[in-house]
Amino acid sequence: MKILLPALSPTMETGNLVKWLVKEGDSVVSGDILAEIETDKATMELESPDDGKVEKILVKEGTENISVNTEIALLKVDGEEIEEIPEKPIEKSPQVSSNGFEPSTAEVKISLNSLLNQTKENLDSKNWSEKEISMREALNQAIEEEMKLDKDVFLLGEEVAEYDGAYKVTQGLLDKFGSKRVLDTPISEHGFTGLAIGAAMAGLKPICEFMTFNFSMQAIDQIVNSAAKSLYMSGGEINVPIVFRGPNGAAARVGAQHSQCFISWFSHIPGLIVIAPSNARDAKGLLKSSIRNPNPVVFLEHELLYKEKTNVPEENDFLIPIGKGNLINEGKDVTIIGFSMSVQRILNALPSIKKIGINPDIIDLRSIKPLDEELIYKSVKKTNRVVIVEDGFGNTSFGSHLSYLIQSNCFDFLDSEIIKVSGKDVPMPYAENLEKLALPNTDEIVSAVKKVSYSN
Amino acid sequence: MNKKNKNNFTNDQLLKFYEKMFLIRKFEEKAAQLYGAGKIGGFCHLYIGQEAVVIGILSSINSEDTVITAYRDHGHILARGVDPKLVMSELTGRKDGISKGKGGSMHMFSKANRFYGGHGIVGAQVPLGVGIGFAHKYRNEKKISRVYLGDGAMSNGQVFEAFNLASLWELPVLFIIENNKYGMGTSIGRSAAGGELYERATVFGIKGEKVDGMNFFNVSESAIRAREYIEKNSKPYIIEMDTYRYRGHSMSDPGLYRTKDEVNKMKEIDPVLMMKNTLLNDYKIQEDTIKDIESDIKKQIRDVEKFSLESPLPDLKELYTEVYL
Repeated sequence: MKILLPALSPTMETGNLVKWLVKEGDSVVSGDILAEIETDKATMELESPDDGKVEKILVKEGTENISVNTEIALLKVDGEEIEEIPEKPIEKSPQVSSNGFEPSTAEVKISLNSLLNQTKENLDSKNWSEKEISMREALNQAIEEEMKLDKDVFLLGEEVAEYDGAYKVTQGLLDKFGSKRVLDTPISEHGFTGLAIGAAMAGLKPICEFMTFNFSMQAIDQIVNSAAKSLYMSGGEINVPIVFRGPNGAAARVGAQHSQCFISWFSHIPGLIVIAPSNARDAKGLLKSSIRNPNPVVFLEHELLYKEKTNVPEENDFLIPIGKGNLINEGKDVTIIGFSMSVQRILNALPSIKKIGINPDIIDLRSIKPLDEELIYKSVKKTNRVVIVEDGFGNTSFGSHLSYLIQSNCFDFLDSEIIKVSGKDVPMPYAENLEKLALPNTDEIVSAVKKVSYSN
Repeated sequence: MNKKNKNNFTNDQLLKFYEKMFLIRKFEEKAAQLYGAGKIGGFCHLYIGQEAVVIGILSSINSEDTVITAYRDHGHILARGVDPKLVMSELTGRKDGISKGKGGSMHMFSKANRFYGGHGIVGAQVPLGVGIGFAHKYRNEKKISRVYLGDGAMSNGQVFEAFNLASLWELPVLFIIENNKYGMGTSIGRSAAGGELYERATVFGIKGEKVDGMNFFNVSESAIRAREYIEKNSKPYIIEMDTYRYRGHSMSDPGLYRTKDEVNKMKEIDPVLMMKNTLLNDYKIQEDTIKDIESDIKKQIRDVEKFSLESPLPDLKELYTEVYL
């Protein structure tokens, strides 16, 4: 019997074989621990699926980035040989063309990092000492650095402390700062969000983690009515220096209640700052700026981006200003605007767009509110064509507002309608093909670019 | 006869408390009048009938303690010592209002007086107040966060989340339920199942009691007991105040859900009147002394009215200020 590396979380694509707990020739019974596997979220134990003898170990311990379903060992099962059931090949859904599926993120990762290296902020000329790390590590560094700098900063949320963070973003912080400053809460979003806002009103600077932003809906009243409005209602007397952060948007096949982008919801509210970084470097610089900001900041991360690596400055004073977008690809023919995960989707489509001879400006907004209108209009006035890509539902979306702003400010410069590639207006389906169909894909982005360019 | 207060307040101190209660009463009567004249808009929730609660609690409070409440907040911010002129000017929506005319009746705050609002969503102030208590503990401050809530809020989910967190994390919070018997037009009997309201907190390990909230001395005693408990045990405490509001939920409430008889019966135990009688009969304070205080307050209220009507409307540029810091 083949022992395969199992998928141990919804987003796991690869794993590391930390340690074998058995050796070749050992007898095992079903449920015995064979090995320790490190996933993108935690270190898990791999159990024997049956009684038998470990025949051969195929992957050595310490091996990293083993793809899910790789054979890692052979088990000789007691008694008769078990016939393996051949897997029936799944027919691809006819609605999704073969090239509608995205290229693997591994190809994209390099191009995003290299684009960032080329553009180098356009904002800071300083030579930082940099290291290639994941967004997860970058967020962790940002929190650690700011907690070291300011004793008023504390972190609370579900599983942020003893569990080391549901997505490992807060890993190790409990050990470094203790339980007074890193607090596990009950599953009580409405209560602990209100508590955090109250603490901010009294002058502390909480980082309030939502395990995912889907659960922030339990606390939406406190965010909208207490955090966002107090400064105004009090005539400037009470400010609320708080960061709400956590993963937002669709991860991978976790269904309708756990797959939703809330950018349009939060950016609708006066008094909130809304940030949505697409990469590790921006995530660190923007989270640090958010923690230092005296206003309530909604900091929307994306689970699928947590593992993606870019070069990230290691210095304490590396900050990215809130309200500044980044032109990550400078072209001339069309302006493509994205944020968070949709930047990745645009980059996935970039080779196809270039292939048809179109060289786009690609703007990563980074800050949704305040918005870098100057950067957007400057690009639109050059290219005269706009495509907006957003994961959220298209109906009354942030992208709709952005197209309004562009037509209002650049009306005489537009040579085409503005096209918005949004998530479909359906609850997120679970089936793999339907989920892909519900989110913006390469084909849609390329078609939109062709359409605004009148290119067939 | 009322027994003497545990704190053995001097006559001068008691007169100060009476003065505050009388101020709130007259302030609210003036607010009602100005509302009727169209000088105050929107929602306006009067505190008339509940004065003994806020002043009884005040008698136990350290000046550094913080206070947060819901939307029936005029009495609370006056008790904290904010100038009545600034409060009334907020009600009239003027430039000199405590929130510059941008908050209104329900949204008034004063950091200098440790008053954190003034919140319009039933129940929302409770987790916020627990958070303020969290900040006190985090900074090792010897302060208590005093969190007021109505009987209506006691059926709101986040309140129970807040009780759980306050008890779990042993936060210095005093919860004060102002049970005035009606959540808007719905009587407590039609909205809350089970026994006493404060007992709903005791399941989280929060100690508490129910008190006659119409009587300053009873409230004061209970509040002092609560303060001592919180200081000694570093744990939250809850008091349910049996009280009553004589006016409607807000100014637009026709009051069809209760009888005139009921209201009149409660007026026989009017907290302001009862305190006055106690001061006259039990403390042998001269009637003239009290009359002098009352006439000073009446005069002050006339000045407050004048100020709040003469203060200009906010500058139009204020529309866009203080959205962000």
